[in-house]
Parts: sequence; C-alpha cells; structure tokens
Amino acid sequence: MSLLSVQNLSVGIHGTPILRDVSFEVRPGMVFGVVGESGSGKSMTALALMGLLPDGAETSGQATLQGQTLLGLPERQICAIRGAEIGMIFQEPMTALNPVRTIGDQVAETLIVHGKANRSEALKIARQRLNRVGLPAERFPLDRYPHELSGGQRQRVMIALAIALRPQLLIADEPTTALDVTTQAQILTLLKSLVQEDGMALILITHDLAVVSDIADHIAVMEKGRIVEKGPLETVFRNRENPTTRKLFAASNHAPQRVVRAHTEPILEVRDAIRIYNPSRRRLFSKTQGLRAVNNVTFSLKRGENLGLVGESGCGKSTLTRAILGLEPLQGGEIRAFGTPVGPRMPKSQRAKIQVVFQDPYGSFNPRWKVVRLVAEPFHLLENAHLNRRERVAEALESVGLCADDMDKFIHEFSGGQRQRIAIARALILRPKLIVLDEAVSALDVSIRAQILDLLADLSKRFQLSYLFISHDLGVVRSITDRVLVMKAGEIVEEGPTEQLFSNPTHPYTRQLIAATPRLPDDLKPPHADSKGTA
Amino acid sequence: MKLPHTLVLGAILFGLFLAAALVSFLWTPFDVETLDIAAKLRPPGALHWFGTDHFGRDIFSMIMVGARTSIAVAVVAVGIGVALGVPLGLAAAARHGGVLDEVIMRGNDLVFAFPSLVIAILITAVFGPSALNAIIAIGIFNVPVFARIARSGALSLWTLDYVLAAQVAGKGKIRISFEHILPNIANLLIVQGTIQFSLGILAEAALSYVGLGAQPPTPSWGRMLADSQTMISFAPHLALFPGFAIVLTVLGLNLMGDGLRDILDPRIRRRVRSRPERSPE
Repeated sequence: MSLLSVQNLSVGIHGTPILRDVSFEVRPGMVFGVVGESGSGKSMTALALMGLLPDGAETSGQATLQGQTLLGLPERQICAIRGAEIGMIFQEPMTALNPVRTIGDQVAETLIVHGKANRSEALKIARQRLNRVGLPAERFPLDRYPHELSGGQRQRVMIALAIALRPQLLIADEPTTALDVTTQAQILTLLKSLVQEDGMALILITHDLAVVSDIADHIAVMEKGRIVEKGPLETVFRNRENPTTRKLFAASNHAPQRVVRAHTEPILEVRDAIRIYNPSRRRLFSKTQGLRAVNNVTFSLKRGENLGLVGESGCGKSTLTRAILGLEPLQGGEIRAFGTPVGPRMPKSQRAKIQVVFQDPYGSFNPRWKVVRLVAEPFHLLENAHLNRRERVAEALESVGLCADDMDKFIHEFSGGQRQRIAIARALILRPKLIVLDEAVSALDVSIRAQILDLLADLSKRFQLSYLFISHDLGVVRSITDRVLVMKAGEIVEEGPTEQLFSNPTHPYTRQLIAATPRLPDDLKPPHADSKGTA
Repeated sequence: MKLPHTLVLGAILFGLFLAAALVSFLWTPFDVETLDIAAKLRPPGALHWFGTDHFGRDIFSMIMVGARTSIAVAVVAVGIGVALGVPLGLAAAARHGGVLDEVIMRGNDLVFAFPSLVIAILITAVFGPSALNAIIAIGIFNVPVFARIARSGALSLWTLDYVLAAQVAGKGKIRISFEHILPNIANLLIVQGTIQFSLGILAEAALSYVGLGAQPPTPSWGRMLADSQTMISFAPHLALFPGFAIVLTVLGLNLMGDGLRDILDPRIRRRVRSRPERSPE
C-alpha cells in the first residue's frame, strides 16, 4: 500500500512546461531520493505536492496521499494537510526560522495553528520533538533564539518543526547542502533514524549522488522536468540505463587529467602567519577581545603545484585567503610571493602576480558593467592598461571557452557556469603565475563543475599556473590537487601529498572529515570508472 | 516594461507643478508684484481663475511663481543633502568599524537628535529670514538622511565578491566607492531623493508660514496660507488653492517615490521578473 502516489503530474507556469508526466510512489518507511541538476524540476515537484506553486501555475495529473487527493485543493484544505500530513525541510537553515521568536514558540506554533493542542500542551510536545532531534532540554531550553544556534542546530529545529504533528511524509529539499560535512553526516543520520524508528516516509531532494547513495532506498533521476530513470537505488546505480544518469555519475566521479610538474622552487611562502580579527565593538569605549582566525600557519606552494586547503566553515580559510591576496595585514609572521613580501601596501606589480576566483558566480560581478570592463578590471594594475585592451580580453575569453563577442554583453546574460568562466578569464588576463581558487566550483552543478575542473587543469598546463585550491569539498580537492593542507580553528593540523593524506590520514580531525564525507559506494561503481587521484 | 500606476500619476502631478514653475519665468496671467486694490478678494472666475487676494494679486499667478520658490528651495536642499551626505556615507562604509565610521555616524546621530524644523527656525531667526537661509537649514537636515542610506546600501555591497575582486585588482577604497558602490546604490538614493524633495517643500512652506522663509514680495505657498488665515471665513479660496498646491505636489512626489522604488529596487524587480536560480551550494 503506497503512502503517496503521483501519476502523470505536469506543471506549467504561464504556459511554459516545468514538469512533464512525473509519476512515482512512496511507501511508508521509505526514503525516496530525487536527484538532478538545478532546474531539473526537483524542487518544483515538492512544491506542487505541497500546493506551494507560484502564481500562474497550472497542474494536471493525480497526486494522492493515502487516497486523499492533493492537487487542486482549495487553500484551506491544503493548509490543513501541509504540516499535519506532509512536513517540509528547506535548504537554508539560516533564513528558514523567524529570528525574533524562540525555537519552542516556533515548533509549538504548528501544533496550535492546526488546532491539535493548546499552548501549554503544544510547548510540551515541542519539547519532546526537540529532544527527538537531538536538542536536549539542558542545553537547548525552549526559550533559545535561532541566532544562538549553529547552522546544524537550526536545521535540527527545522526538522523538529516539520515532525511536530507527526506527518507521514517528510519532504527534505537539499537539507544538508548548506552545512559542513560533519554536520551533514549528523543530519543525515537523524533523518534516517526518523524513517526507521518513527515509520515516516522521506522524499529527499538533492543534487548529490553520494548523499542519496548513503540514505535512499529508491531514487528518481530528473532532467528537464521529467523523471528519466527510477527504481531501487542499487538497480539504478548499477544499470544506469539513461544517459542522464550516466552523465551525473561521470560528473560526480570526475577527475581531470593532469600532469604533475614537480618543481622545488617555492612561489608562495607563508611563515608563522597570525591574523587577529577584531570584532566590531559593541559599545563605543569597550575593549574588544581579538580572535585568532589564523594562528601560526606555515606552508609553501611550489611552482606548478596544485595545493589544496580544506576545512569547515569558520576555520580561517577565508581569512588566510585575504591575507595571501594582500587585502588584510597580518599581526605576525609573513607571507612572501615570488620572493617578495605580500601585504596591503605591496606595489601593483606584485599584486598582479596573484589573482583570484571566488565562489559565488552571481556576486562576483558588478551587474552594471559589461563583460569587457569586468574582465579588464585587473588592468588597473598595469601601466599601459589602455593598449589593445579589447584584444587581450578577447584572448582571455577564448582561452576559457567563451567567444570574443561575449565581451559586449552584460553579466546577467550568462549562466552560473559561464560566469565562473568569466571569473577565470578575469583572473587570467594579467597572466599571473598563481591563482587562488576560493571555493571556485562549490556553487556549480556536478556536470558544470566537471567542465570547470577540466578547464582549470587545461589552463594550468597551458599557462604553467599554480593553484591554491580552497574548498570544503574533499572530493573535489582530492581530484585536482597534488598536496593538501587540513585547517582547523586557524591552524594547519595535517599536511601531505593528496593520495597519501586521503588514504592514510593521521590527524583525528582529518579522519573525522574523511569519514563524514558521503561517498559513492565502491561496489556500485562501474568497472570503467576512472580511478581518483592524479595520473 | 510596464510602469507602475503610482509612478505615472505621481509624475503627472509633479510635472504639472514643475511646468507651472518653468512657464512662470516667461509668462503669468498677471504680474504678481502689481497691487490692484480695486480688484481685491475676487472669488474665482473667468478673469482670475483662482480669484485674487487682499491686495488684488492674481492667486493663479502667485501659485505659479510660488512653485518656483518651493521647487528651488527643495532642489537645493536635497542637493546639499546628497552632495555632503552621500560621500560621508560612502566613507563611513569604506571604513566600517573604524574611527571615521564612528565619527561620521555619531555626528549624524547628533544632527538627527535635534528636531529639524525647530533648528531651521533657530537658524533663520539668527541669520535673518530669507529663502537662502531656509535652504541651508533644510539642507543640513538632509545630510544625515542621505549619509545613512548611502552607508547601509554600501555596507551590503562591500561584502560582495566583486568588490573584493576590485581590491585584488589593486583599486583603492575611494575608487571602488565611486566605480562599484555608488552606481549600485543610486536607486536607493533616487527613491530617497524624491521623498526628501517632498519633505523639503513641506519644510519650506512651514518656514514661510511662520515668516522665516522667502520674504515679500516673492510669492510663497506657505506665506500665502499664513496671509489668508484672518480672511478664511469670507475668502476661503485664499487658503484653498495654495493648500491644494502643497498637498498635490507632496502627494505627487511621494507617489513617484513609491513608483520608482517599485521599478528600481532590485529585490522587488527580481521577484517580479523571475525567481532567482537556486544554487546547490
């Protein structure tokens, strides 16, 4: 007996088809994974079931939850089902909670709104639910506010909210994407236990095949609003009948072809770097206590080397990046690039030798400038900047796989992957020898990520580039770096050649990180899958 | 793109008064400085559209010339606010958390702490009542408004990667403020500008009403109101027309501000156009 049955669900918005003939069944106690790239219709499927589609959407087809139809219900009726029968967890725990209300209040509100309990009972049940999701009363009383909790804890509150009324079906839309790997592992374990112990069904929407392989029983692969392949996890993972599925797998396991060019000459040396960060003052005359965001960090990067720097959010990666780029001063130690010191007051010629690519393809560009001006911005560091500016921009755009005509377009005309190529073009235009890649592929879909990684490997070969590759994603770091540094709480806790470090981590924190990273199980990999690591 | 109704209506209302002010330089139905006691207190009619005042001056002409005064005072007052406030706000944002930020923003708080109209009265009382002093008094109180708007807009932009990229490209904070920050907060400033403009017109009317604004014989809406109050029982048109002029101009500017916010605010615009793409990270 299926809990949720969806048949030929189609959704169009103002005439544009968004979902086409989506059909699947979910049984109680089952984890149903929905995978696909952004824009494939994963989230729309969830929104359609919850009756949360945007204005102008027309739906057709059937969706029933225990025989009760879900589509086309009047708002009042769908409201009664939402929360009570179907709970939902969103991606961004930082914004999904109301910052001015306590967590107890917010969990209890669901119960009160649905008329299931009066206030004191609701608070009692809220307490139980928060206990259930691992937020015990001693440490997390009901009167905590969201800002007092970490991202993972907030996501637990979101889950408590979603299960407040013991819904039979839980929909989780990228529930762990915004979280660090160790937190992600904990949240996935919690979701798994909710399904196993409380008999809920879970629809898990994600772009990450490894996450799905960890937890789902059945999966559906979506592309362009259709389910292209579905079935039990193992069957789909082994057979991969559909090209889209194969493409997703190939991209997830992708390791670019690279040649290791071993040099011994260091081009970037960081010695005993200390960066003390002063939080903005609460009161006008109060003394502030400094925070050591970077504490005695020492490493060097050799010519032609790809060096990885991994760590979780708040470990000091970004602060170190800013110091290496010479944007912020150090309070101790020194950084030298190409033998010359780096700092906020370094000469332009020195600054031109290190360029950077940032994470967010949307925030990296001034929306009011054309591509030519954006890419040419580093020319500010040169003396004869005006000389054949357009030719050099054209050259840079072509080297990243775009065409020269793109230079007269505005940035909003490009997709996320193309924008990241433009960001690389901007970093390349001065022909630097070192590029800092700050989470440069983290915001991209797996297939786009694979293309950008290939491009980076190719550029490094053509222009003899060295990369400092900063990321929280161990899989990506493993595929593109020669050597890795692991950073925790401002310090480098382990350092070593990539393969050696991943296969034989010595520091407990590194082990913890590697253990928490979801991986595609080896026995489900097809025999021809390229082995990770470098050639 | 479809313009919001509020913007169209507001622009028409304000445009009407702007046109009246401009036309008044070339032509008015009657000379506003010539007294014609024989024709005093005429009700609105075919010859004098809005009637005449107690000196026999044509009210329609006076409103046209008065629009000139109001708009000129408001333009210069907003100009002072933008010219001083925006650079201060940008500087404060560029040095966020530093001493300069603290000094500028606490200075702003200081100016904000005084009731603006009372201080405007004080200034004009000390330096003598005149349109120029009214402008300066109103202008000073626009400075912290624009400084705050500019600072808060700029602060959110300073955290963006493209500003970081500009720093990596070796650009200084002043250059970044003008190249990257200012164009991207222009929409906020334009919207606030229209609101401050209407407040400027109100402030000028209020100062003129108490006799501290433009001096006779220069017509001013505020003083027309003040002059009319003893005669309101038998010549209500003396108060009605300048009153309507003030209300409609301010209403027009506020509607315009709302409309401009609708089309210029990127958050609202994006919501209307399309939902932002969700990134998996």
